[in-house]
Amino acid sequence: MQVNSLQKYTMTAISLHWWIALLIFIAFPLGVYMHDLPLSPYKLKLFSWHKWIGVTVFLFAVLRIFWRISHQAPALPAGLPQWQKLASHVTHILLYVLIVAVPLSGWLMSSAKGFQTVWFGILPLPDLISKDRELGNLLVIVHKTLNFSLLALVGMHIMAALKHHFIDKDVILRRMLPFNLGEK
Amino acid sequence: MSRIYIKHLALIGILLLSGHASAVEFNQVVADKSSINFGYKQMNVPLEGKFKKFAAQIDFDPAKPESAQAKFEIDLASIDTGSDEANDEVVGKAWFNTKAFPKATFVSTGVKPLGNNRFEVQGKLTIKGKTLAVATPFTFKPDANTASFDGAFTIKRLDYAIGEGEWADVSTVANEIQIKFHILAAAKK
Repeated sequence: MQVNSLQKYTMTAISLHWWIALLIFIAFPLGVYMHDLPLSPYKLKLFSWHKWIGVTVFLFAVLRIFWRISHQAPALPAGLPQWQKLASHVTHILLYVLIVAVPLSGWLMSSAKGFQTVWFGILPLPDLISKDRELGNLLVIVHKTLNFSLLALVGMHIMAALKHHFIDKDVILRRMLPFNLGEK
Repeated sequence: MSRIYIKHLALIGILLLSGHASAVEFNQVVADKSSINFGYKQMNVPLEGKFKKFAAQIDFDPAKPESAQAKFEIDLASIDTGSDEANDEVVGKAWFNTKAFPKATFVSTGVKPLGNNRFEVQGKLTIKGKTLAVATPFTFKPDANTASFDGAFTIKRLDYAIGEGEWADVSTVANEIQIKFHILAAAKK
Protein backbone atom coordinates (compact mmCIF):
# COMPACT_ATOMS: atom_id res chain seq x y z
CA MET A 1 0.00 0.00 0.00
CA GLN A 2 1.13 3.49 -0.82
CA VAL A 3 2.22 5.50 2.17
CA ASN A 4 0.83 9.00 1.98
CA SER A 5 1.64 11.64 4.51
CA LEU A 6 -0.95 14.12 3.25
CA GLN A 7 -3.64 14.83 5.79
CA LYS A 8 -5.86 17.03 3.65
CA TYR A 9 -6.72 17.71 0.04
CA THR A 10 -4.99 20.76 -1.47
CA MET A 11 -6.69 24.14 -1.13
CA THR A 12 -7.45 24.06 -4.88
CA ALA A 13 -9.17 20.68 -4.64
CA ILE A 14 -11.13 21.82 -1.58
CA SER A 15 -12.25 25.05 -3.25
CA LEU A 16 -13.33 23.27 -6.42
CA HIS A 17 -15.20 20.62 -4.42
CA TRP A 18 -17.27 23.14 -2.50
CA TRP A 19 -17.86 25.48 -5.43
CA ILE A 20 -19.12 22.58 -7.52
CA ALA A 21 -21.27 21.39 -4.61
CA LEU A 22 -22.79 24.85 -4.13
CA LEU A 23 -23.52 25.30 -7.83
CA ILE A 24 -25.10 21.86 -8.13
CA PHE A 25 -27.27 22.60 -5.10
CA ILE A 26 -28.56 25.68 -6.94
CA ALA A 27 -28.82 24.25 -10.45
CA PHE A 28 -30.56 20.99 -9.54
CA PRO A 29 -33.66 22.39 -7.76
CA LEU A 30 -33.74 25.22 -10.32
CA GLY A 31 -33.96 22.66 -13.13
CA VAL A 32 -36.70 20.69 -11.36
CA TYR A 33 -38.66 23.89 -10.71
CA MET A 34 -38.30 25.64 -14.04
CA HIS A 35 -38.74 22.84 -16.57
CA ASP A 36 -42.53 22.90 -16.83
CA LEU A 37 -43.25 26.54 -15.99
CA PRO A 38 -45.48 28.30 -18.52
CA LEU A 39 -43.48 30.36 -21.01
CA SER A 40 -42.61 33.80 -19.65
CA PRO A 41 -39.61 36.14 -19.55
CA TYR A 42 -39.04 34.78 -16.02
CA LYS A 43 -38.79 31.22 -17.37
CA LEU A 44 -36.37 32.31 -20.11
CA LYS A 45 -34.19 33.98 -17.48
CA LEU A 46 -34.21 30.90 -15.23
CA PHE A 47 -33.28 28.64 -18.14
CA SER A 48 -30.36 30.89 -19.02
CA TRP A 49 -29.15 31.09 -15.44
CA HIS A 50 -29.43 27.31 -15.10
CA LYS A 51 -27.32 26.88 -18.25
CA TRP A 52 -24.72 29.42 -17.10
CA ILE A 53 -24.36 27.57 -13.80
CA GLY A 54 -24.12 24.26 -15.66
CA VAL A 55 -21.34 25.50 -17.93
CA THR A 56 -19.49 26.77 -14.87
CA VAL A 57 -19.82 23.36 -13.16
CA PHE A 58 -18.55 21.71 -16.34
CA LEU A 59 -15.42 23.90 -16.41
CA PHE A 60 -14.77 23.46 -12.68
CA ALA A 61 -15.29 19.70 -13.03
CA VAL A 62 -12.81 19.41 -15.89
CA LEU A 63 -10.28 21.50 -13.94
CA ARG A 64 -10.87 19.39 -10.89
CA ILE A 65 -10.29 16.12 -12.71
CA PHE A 66 -7.01 17.43 -14.13
CA TRP A 67 -6.05 18.55 -10.66
CA ARG A 68 -6.96 15.17 -9.17
CA ILE A 69 -4.88 13.35 -11.78
CA SER A 70 -1.86 15.61 -11.31
CA HIS A 71 -1.97 15.86 -7.50
CA GLN A 72 -1.90 13.20 -4.85
CA ALA A 73 -5.00 12.80 -2.71
CA PRO A 74 -4.63 12.06 0.99
CA ALA A 75 -4.74 8.35 1.73
CA LEU A 76 -7.75 6.72 3.32
CA PRO A 77 -7.41 5.78 7.01
CA ALA A 78 -5.45 2.57 7.32
CA GLY A 79 -8.09 0.71 9.31
CA LEU A 80 -10.83 1.18 6.74
CA PRO A 81 -12.42 -2.12 5.60
CA GLN A 82 -11.59 -3.15 2.07
CA TRP A 83 -15.24 -2.99 0.88
CA GLN A 84 -15.53 0.60 2.07
CA LYS A 85 -12.37 1.58 0.21
CA LEU A 86 -13.74 0.01 -2.93
CA ALA A 87 -17.16 1.61 -2.47
CA SER A 88 -15.56 5.00 -1.93
CA HIS A 89 -13.42 4.68 -5.08
CA VAL A 90 -16.36 3.60 -7.20
CA THR A 91 -18.60 6.39 -5.86
CA HIS A 92 -15.92 9.02 -6.40
CA ILE A 93 -15.23 7.90 -9.96
CA LEU A 94 -18.96 7.96 -10.75
CA LEU A 95 -19.29 11.41 -9.18
CA TYR A 96 -16.43 12.71 -11.32
CA VAL A 97 -18.07 11.20 -14.41
CA LEU A 98 -21.44 12.73 -13.57
CA ILE A 99 -20.27 16.26 -12.75
CA VAL A 100 -18.96 16.32 -16.32
CA ALA A 101 -21.72 14.29 -17.98
CA VAL A 102 -24.66 16.16 -16.43
CA PRO A 103 -23.75 19.62 -17.76
CA LEU A 104 -22.50 18.10 -21.02
CA SER A 105 -25.87 16.40 -21.58
CA GLY A 106 -27.61 19.72 -20.85
CA TRP A 107 -25.42 21.53 -23.35
CA LEU A 108 -26.10 18.90 -26.04
CA MET A 109 -29.81 18.91 -25.23
CA SER A 110 -29.92 22.66 -25.61
CA SER A 111 -28.22 22.47 -29.01
CA ALA A 112 -30.56 19.69 -30.20
CA LYS A 113 -33.52 21.81 -29.08
CA GLY A 114 -32.18 24.65 -31.23
CA PHE A 115 -31.05 26.94 -28.44
CA GLN A 116 -27.39 27.76 -28.40
CA THR A 117 -25.80 28.18 -24.98
CA VAL A 118 -24.31 31.64 -24.47
CA TRP A 119 -22.35 31.63 -21.20
CA PHE A 120 -23.39 34.62 -19.08
CA GLY A 121 -25.02 36.02 -22.22
CA ILE A 122 -21.53 36.82 -23.50
CA LEU A 123 -19.62 33.75 -24.63
CA PRO A 124 -21.38 31.56 -27.21
CA LEU A 125 -20.56 27.87 -26.86
CA PRO A 126 -20.40 25.94 -30.12
CA ASP A 127 -23.37 23.71 -30.90
CA LEU A 128 -21.75 20.27 -30.96
CA ILE A 129 -24.86 18.79 -32.55
CA SER A 130 -27.41 20.44 -34.82
CA LYS A 131 -31.10 20.93 -34.19
CA ASP A 132 -32.94 17.62 -34.11
CA ARG A 133 -36.34 17.14 -32.49
CA GLU A 134 -36.02 13.40 -31.79
CA LEU A 135 -32.51 13.71 -30.42
CA GLY A 136 -33.61 16.69 -28.32
CA ASN A 137 -36.37 14.67 -26.67
CA LEU A 138 -34.00 11.77 -26.07
CA LEU A 139 -31.43 14.09 -24.48
CA VAL A 140 -34.09 15.45 -22.10
CA ILE A 141 -34.45 11.91 -20.75
CA VAL A 142 -30.67 11.46 -20.64
CA HIS A 143 -30.19 14.77 -18.78
CA LYS A 144 -32.92 13.87 -16.30
CA THR A 145 -31.66 10.32 -15.70
CA LEU A 146 -28.08 11.48 -15.18
CA ASN A 147 -29.31 14.14 -12.76
CA PHE A 148 -31.28 11.72 -10.62
CA SER A 149 -28.31 9.32 -10.64
CA LEU A 150 -26.20 12.24 -9.44
CA LEU A 151 -28.76 12.98 -6.73
CA ALA A 152 -28.59 9.36 -5.50
CA LEU A 153 -24.78 9.36 -5.49
CA VAL A 154 -24.54 12.73 -3.77
CA GLY A 155 -26.95 11.39 -1.14
CA MET A 156 -24.65 8.40 -0.51
CA HIS A 157 -21.59 10.65 -0.57
CA ILE A 158 -23.02 12.98 2.09
CA MET A 159 -24.31 10.16 4.28
CA ALA A 160 -20.93 8.43 4.15
CA ALA A 161 -19.06 11.65 4.98
CA LEU A 162 -21.36 12.39 7.91
CA LYS A 163 -21.17 8.80 9.17
CA HIS A 164 -17.36 8.92 9.13
CA HIS A 165 -17.30 12.29 10.86
CA PHE A 166 -19.91 11.82 13.55
CA ILE A 167 -20.00 8.06 14.15
CA ASP A 168 -16.53 6.79 13.26
CA LYS A 169 -15.01 10.16 14.23
CA ASP A 170 -12.25 9.75 11.64
CA VAL A 171 -10.51 12.29 9.37
CA ILE A 172 -12.47 11.57 6.17
CA LEU A 173 -14.65 14.69 6.15
CA ARG A 174 -12.00 16.98 7.67
CA ARG A 175 -9.69 16.27 4.74
CA MET A 176 -12.10 18.14 2.51
CA LEU A 177 -13.15 20.95 4.87
CA PRO A 178 -11.87 24.46 4.19
CA PHE A 179 -10.26 26.76 6.77
CA ASN A 180 -9.38 23.84 9.10
CA LEU A 181 -13.04 23.51 10.02
CA GLY A 182 -13.77 20.55 12.26
CA GLU A 183 -10.21 20.47 13.67
CA LYS A 184 -10.11 19.87 17.37
CA MET B 1 -16.82 58.90 -91.84
CA SER B 2 -15.50 56.05 -89.71
CA ARG B 3 -16.19 58.17 -86.61
CA ILE B 4 -19.83 58.55 -87.57
CA TYR B 5 -19.99 54.82 -88.24
CA ILE B 6 -18.66 54.02 -84.71
CA LYS B 7 -21.09 56.48 -83.18
CA HIS B 8 -23.93 54.73 -84.94
CA LEU B 9 -22.75 51.35 -83.81
CA ALA B 10 -22.53 52.56 -80.25
CA LEU B 11 -25.99 54.04 -80.42
CA ILE B 12 -27.45 50.83 -81.83
CA GLY B 13 -25.67 48.93 -79.09
CA ILE B 14 -27.18 51.09 -76.36
CA LEU B 15 -30.62 50.80 -77.88
CA LEU B 16 -30.27 47.04 -78.10
CA LEU B 17 -29.07 46.74 -74.52
CA SER B 18 -31.69 48.99 -73.00
CA GLY B 19 -34.33 47.42 -75.22
CA HIS B 20 -33.33 44.03 -73.92
CA ALA B 21 -33.27 45.10 -70.30
CA SER B 22 -36.66 46.78 -70.27
CA ALA B 23 -38.24 43.77 -71.94
CA VAL B 24 -37.44 41.57 -68.93
CA GLU B 25 -39.90 42.24 -66.22
CA PHE B 26 -40.05 39.87 -63.27
CA ASN B 27 -43.51 39.45 -61.85
CA GLN B 28 -44.18 35.74 -61.26
CA VAL B 29 -43.17 34.94 -57.70
CA VAL B 30 -42.17 31.31 -57.19
CA ALA B 31 -43.66 30.73 -53.76
CA ASP B 32 -41.89 27.50 -52.84
CA LYS B 33 -38.50 28.96 -53.69
CA SER B 34 -39.05 32.16 -51.76
CA SER B 35 -38.68 32.62 -48.03
CA ILE B 36 -39.17 35.13 -45.27
CA ASN B 37 -37.01 34.42 -42.23
CA PHE B 38 -36.29 36.40 -39.14
CA GLY B 39 -33.55 36.50 -36.56
CA TYR B 40 -33.83 37.62 -32.96
CA LYS B 41 -32.06 37.34 -29.66
CA GLN B 42 -33.42 35.79 -26.50
CA MET B 43 -31.23 36.25 -23.41
CA ASN B 44 -28.54 37.11 -25.98
CA VAL B 45 -28.97 33.74 -27.65
CA PRO B 46 -29.35 34.14 -31.42
CA LEU B 47 -32.43 32.39 -32.78
CA GLU B 48 -33.95 31.99 -36.21
CA GLY B 49 -37.51 31.68 -37.32
CA LYS B 50 -39.59 31.84 -40.47
CA PHE B 51 -43.04 32.44 -41.87
CA LYS B 52 -44.19 29.38 -43.77
CA LYS B 53 -47.08 31.05 -45.60
CA PHE B 54 -47.11 34.34 -47.40
CA ALA B 55 -48.32 35.80 -50.66
CA ALA B 56 -46.04 38.06 -52.67
CA GLN B 57 -46.68 40.10 -55.76
CA ILE B 58 -43.84 41.90 -57.37
CA ASP B 59 -43.35 43.73 -60.58
CA PHE B 60 -39.74 44.60 -61.20
CA ASP B 61 -37.88 45.74 -64.27
CA PRO B 62 -34.24 46.58 -63.45
CA ALA B 63 -34.25 49.16 -66.24
CA LYS B 64 -37.21 50.95 -64.67
CA PRO B 65 -36.83 50.52 -60.92
CA GLU B 66 -38.86 53.66 -60.21
CA SER B 67 -41.99 51.94 -61.52
CA ALA B 68 -41.40 48.70 -59.60
CA GLN B 69 -44.00 47.48 -57.18
CA ALA B 70 -44.13 44.95 -54.41
CA LYS B 71 -46.83 43.70 -52.11
CA PHE B 72 -46.47 41.09 -49.40
CA GLU B 73 -49.11 39.47 -47.27
CA ILE B 74 -47.76 37.32 -44.49
CA ASP B 75 -49.90 34.75 -42.71
CA LEU B 76 -48.76 35.38 -39.14
CA ALA B 77 -50.17 32.14 -37.75
CA SER B 78 -47.76 30.27 -40.02
CA ILE B 79 -44.86 31.49 -37.90
CA ASP B 80 -42.17 29.10 -36.80
CA THR B 81 -40.06 30.67 -34.07
CA GLY B 82 -37.90 27.60 -33.69
CA SER B 83 -39.75 26.03 -30.74
CA ASP B 84 -43.29 24.68 -30.29
CA GLU B 85 -43.69 26.42 -26.95
CA ALA B 86 -42.93 29.84 -28.45
CA ASN B 87 -45.06 29.13 -31.55
CA ASP B 88 -48.08 28.66 -29.30
CA GLU B 89 -47.22 31.80 -27.38
CA VAL B 90 -46.64 34.31 -30.18
CA VAL B 91 -50.01 33.89 -31.89
CA GLY B 92 -51.60 35.08 -28.62
CA LYS B 93 -52.83 38.52 -27.66
CA ALA B 94 -49.60 39.84 -26.18
CA TRP B 95 -47.70 39.08 -29.38
CA PHE B 96 -49.30 39.03 -32.85
CA ASN B 97 -52.90 38.51 -31.73
CA THR B 98 -53.48 36.61 -34.97
CA LYS B 99 -57.22 36.21 -34.31
CA ALA B 100 -57.70 39.96 -34.62
CA PHE B 101 -54.75 40.61 -36.95
CA PRO B 102 -54.12 37.49 -39.04
CA LYS B 103 -51.89 39.16 -41.60
CA ALA B 104 -48.92 41.48 -41.81
CA THR B 105 -48.63 43.44 -45.03
CA PHE B 106 -45.93 45.33 -46.82
CA VAL B 107 -46.80 47.63 -49.71
CA SER B 108 -44.01 49.36 -51.57
CA THR B 109 -44.10 53.09 -52.17
CA GLY B 110 -40.93 53.40 -54.21
CA VAL B 111 -37.75 51.74 -55.41
CA LYS B 112 -34.46 53.45 -56.07
CA PRO B 113 -31.26 52.05 -57.55
CA LEU B 114 -28.16 51.96 -55.34
CA GLY B 115 -25.88 50.75 -58.12
CA ASN B 116 -24.25 47.40 -58.77
CA ASN B 117 -27.55 45.50 -58.89
CA ARG B 118 -28.47 46.85 -55.47
CA PHE B 119 -31.69 48.70 -54.88
CA GLU B 120 -33.67 50.10 -52.03
CA VAL B 121 -37.38 49.61 -51.61
CA GLN B 122 -39.42 51.87 -49.39
CA GLY B 123 -42.84 50.94 -48.23
CA LYS B 124 -45.40 50.65 -45.51
CA LEU B 125 -45.29 47.75 -43.12
CA THR B 126 -48.47 46.96 -41.24
CA ILE B 127 -48.43 44.58 -38.31
CA LYS B 128 -51.07 44.29 -35.61
CA GLY B 129 -52.94 47.33 -36.91
CA LYS B 130 -49.91 49.60 -36.88
CA THR B 131 -48.47 50.98 -40.08
CA LEU B 132 -44.93 52.32 -40.26
CA ALA B 133 -42.63 53.34 -43.07
CA VAL B 134 -39.72 50.96 -43.63
CA ALA B 135 -36.96 50.74 -46.20
CA THR B 136 -34.70 47.86 -47.09
CA PRO B 137 -31.85 47.39 -49.49
CA PHE B 138 -31.91 44.32 -51.67
CA THR B 139 -29.70 42.63 -54.23
CA PHE B 140 -31.17 41.75 -57.58
CA LYS B 141 -29.71 38.69 -59.28
CA PRO B 142 -31.05 37.79 -62.72
CA ASP B 143 -30.49 34.26 -63.96
CA ALA B 144 -31.91 33.21 -67.34
CA ASN B 145 -35.68 33.41 -66.92
CA THR B 146 -35.74 33.99 -63.20
CA ALA B 147 -34.35 36.55 -60.81
CA SER B 148 -33.77 36.54 -57.09
CA PHE B 149 -34.24 39.40 -54.66
CA ASP B 150 -32.32 39.14 -51.40
CA GLY B 151 -32.35 41.61 -48.59
CA ALA B 152 -32.54 42.17 -44.87
CA PHE B 153 -33.70 44.92 -42.59
CA THR B 154 -34.34 45.41 -38.92
CA ILE B 155 -37.53 46.41 -37.20
CA LYS B 156 -38.21 47.08 -33.54
CA ARG B 157 -40.93 44.76 -32.30
CA LEU B 158 -42.20 47.26 -29.71
CA ASP B 159 -42.96 49.77 -32.52
CA TYR B 160 -45.72 47.34 -33.47
CA ALA B 161 -46.57 46.26 -29.91
CA ILE B 162 -45.33 42.73 -30.65
CA GLY B 163 -44.82 41.38 -27.15
CA GLU B 164 -46.83 43.40 -24.68
CA GLY B 165 -47.06 43.36 -20.91
CA GLU B 166 -44.28 41.33 -19.28
CA TRP B 167 -42.90 40.56 -22.76
CA ALA B 168 -42.20 44.25 -23.38
CA ASP B 169 -39.04 43.62 -21.37
CA VAL B 170 -36.37 43.75 -24.08
CA SER B 171 -33.69 42.30 -21.81
CA THR B 172 -35.15 38.81 -22.37
CA VAL B 173 -36.43 39.05 -25.95
CA ALA B 174 -34.53 41.78 -27.78
CA ASN B 175 -36.42 44.63 -29.44
CA GLU B 176 -34.55 44.28 -32.73
CA ILE B 177 -35.91 41.71 -35.14
CA GLN B 178 -33.99 41.14 -38.34
CA ILE B 179 -36.17 40.27 -41.32
CA LYS B 180 -34.45 38.40 -44.13
CA PHE B 181 -36.15 37.75 -47.42
CA HIS B 182 -35.31 35.72 -50.49
CA ILE B 183 -37.77 36.06 -53.33
CA LEU B 184 -37.49 34.16 -56.57
CA ALA B 185 -39.52 35.48 -59.48
CA ALA B 186 -39.87 34.39 -63.08
CA ALA B 187 -39.99 36.77 -66.02
CA LYS B 188 -43.32 37.95 -67.37
CA LYS B 189 -44.68 35.62 -70.04
